[in-house]
Amino acid sequence: MSEQLHYALFTGCTAKQSTPELLSSTLAVADKLGIKITILEEASCCGASHLQDFDEFLAHVLNARNICYAEKLGLTMITICNTCQLNSAMTKHALDKDPELKARVNEKLKEVGLEYKGTSEIKHFLYTLIDEYGLENVKEKVTVPLSHLNIAPFYGCHNIRPSELHQDANGRENSYNPNSLDRLITALEGNPVDYESKNKCCGFHVELQANHTSEVLSGNALLDAIDNNADLMVTPCPLCHLKMDTYQDSIGKVMGRDVELPVLHMPQMVALALGCTEKEIGLNFHVQKAKHLYTA
Amino acid sequence: MSEVETVEQSTTQESRTRTVTIKAWRFNAETDYLPYTKGYTMEVSKDELILDLMNRIKWEHDGSFSYRRSCRHGICGACAIKVNGKAVLACKQNAIELLDMFDNDITLEPSSKKRAVKDMIIDKSDFWEKHAAVKPYVVTDVEARPEHESKQSIAEFNNFLDSDLCIQCGACHYSCPALEVNDAFLGPAALNAAYRFTVDTRDEVGDERLEITAKMGSGVWDCVKCFECAEACPKEIDPIGKIGKLHNLQFVRGIAESNVATRHAEGFLRGMKKTGYLDEADIVTYSEGYLGVYKHLGTALKMMKTGKIHWHSGIPFIDSIPKIKNLDEVQKLIEISQTNKL
Repeated sequence: MSEQLHYALFTGCTAKQSTPELLSSTLAVADKLGIKITILEEASCCGASHLQDFDEFLAHVLNARNICYAEKLGLTMITICNTCQLNSAMTKHALDKDPELKARVNEKLKEVGLEYKGTSEIKHFLYTLIDEYGLENVKEKVTVPLSHLNIAPFYGCHNIRPSELHQDANGRENSYNPNSLDRLITALEGNPVDYESKNKCCGFHVELQANHTSEVLSGNALLDAIDNNADLMVTPCPLCHLKMDTYQDSIGKVMGRDVELPVLHMPQMVALALGCTEKEIGLNFHVQKAKHLYTA
Repeated sequence: MSEVETVEQSTTQESRTRTVTIKAWRFNAETDYLPYTKGYTMEVSKDELILDLMNRIKWEHDGSFSYRRSCRHGICGACAIKVNGKAVLACKQNAIELLDMFDNDITLEPSSKKRAVKDMIIDKSDFWEKHAAVKPYVVTDVEARPEHESKQSIAEFNNFLDSDLCIQCGACHYSCPALEVNDAFLGPAALNAAYRFTVDTRDEVGDERLEITAKMGSGVWDCVKCFECAEACPKEIDPIGKIGKLHNLQFVRGIAESNVATRHAEGFLRGMKKTGYLDEADIVTYSEGYLGVYKHLGTALKMMKTGKIHWHSGIPFIDSIPKIKNLDEVQKLIEISQTNKL
């Protein structure tokens, strides 16, 4: 690589709270690969599609503010959460195509000395690894091949749908037949598990108000992966991770079957293959036992 | 699979054809005990649509193969089926495009296998019942002999223009995972129709419709936000976008009641005002209420044990969340930009 890659990282809330392992493994992977990361410490919550339900305009203002800080640095904003990616991209898309809305948002941002211009791209870390760093280059850095592991890729909705919104940022991933995570697993010499539920919904967003729906959707996906001989699941979305890692006991009760499958964050899987430290990978933060993967 | 792998492709300058085995899901609810899949080998040319392939299965291979078709130009909605799980309007979908997408291995399936009557034909009664439940028509008192027309500005019309393009094909409805799990859910097509008539300036029962769609268990709060409907719609209506607008309208028109879902949406601001981030513990407590939160204690204990809930200050939940830089900007922007209230 001729020039060092440098990104502005939008961590999202989860990486700062319940999934610290997502942040530490992301930074460890970037460090191993020589990718420079500047954390956007000014960035606030993206609204997670719930604030949008309450007050869409306010959500646009707050997301535009986050993007402003990446623009100030002149960098692409990278995300490590599908839902952060979706909501940031939705705001960017809405403002870039609607000058009137952009003007209304900028009128508010002016009050805090900011202006949204639309100059920064927004991309999930998964796709920068693939499209910008290059899988061939990732492959060269592998020191602990994952050849002993059957890994079920779980894509998460908000990186692949709606495809029209994401197509420029996700390498035109086909939402009905996505393959980016599969290709990443292969580059790390793991065995990607082919199963129908890989592009399905985990139900995280209705965890509180429609718990049964949420449990069944997660259960369907976890059991599909288990029945296809997965040793672990990997996802680029910490919300999918939270739902599917934290609630396996209650999901098992709803599904009438034991559900036991470690669910890794995408950067944790890469960190394992690159030989990062146990502290950086942080499998101890998982509710479903995963620490055996260090030595598996 | 083996038949499909021996695909012959012949590419010429003008036409690109390939010989493939198209599989079809077959089932007759009256005579079959179980469904089965059957393959039909044919040469597919570049301009053929999925509907052409279905016609050829019926006309050249097996006259008993059954499917709905009518207008043949994407307006009647009869020929909606799925191919490898992807909802398509058979008369609009190019066959080669799908063969490319799925490595020449495609299976024609009904929109909903569990509702199959015969092959691609399904019983859509659930779809129509839900559609009817949202009063999908303009409700207003019209003079028997009106003296002037009901005028609408272009902007007012544009508010519902795209949602009016719905052809009731059911592609979104039968792609919705929430509906698969929750029979009561109205689903994206009915909710799109609810939106279409609620924002029509001639209509007078918008609030009533909003109340119908605000109900827990059946209304907008049971949408899982997967965007399958947006992906499935052959008319590019973006049903989930309309569901989002219905969410907003509940607050704009004061219909929203304080419940776990509305507090969940509004409650994001509580944490954001304090730290800039969502407060994960507070959102659960605030949304569920202090009595409802007991359901989550088991999970909370597990999360605490692994360090998912932090102990920065020695006491979990208290001052455990870092603050963003320039938090005052977020506080100010919330103060001056918030338009809705619960």
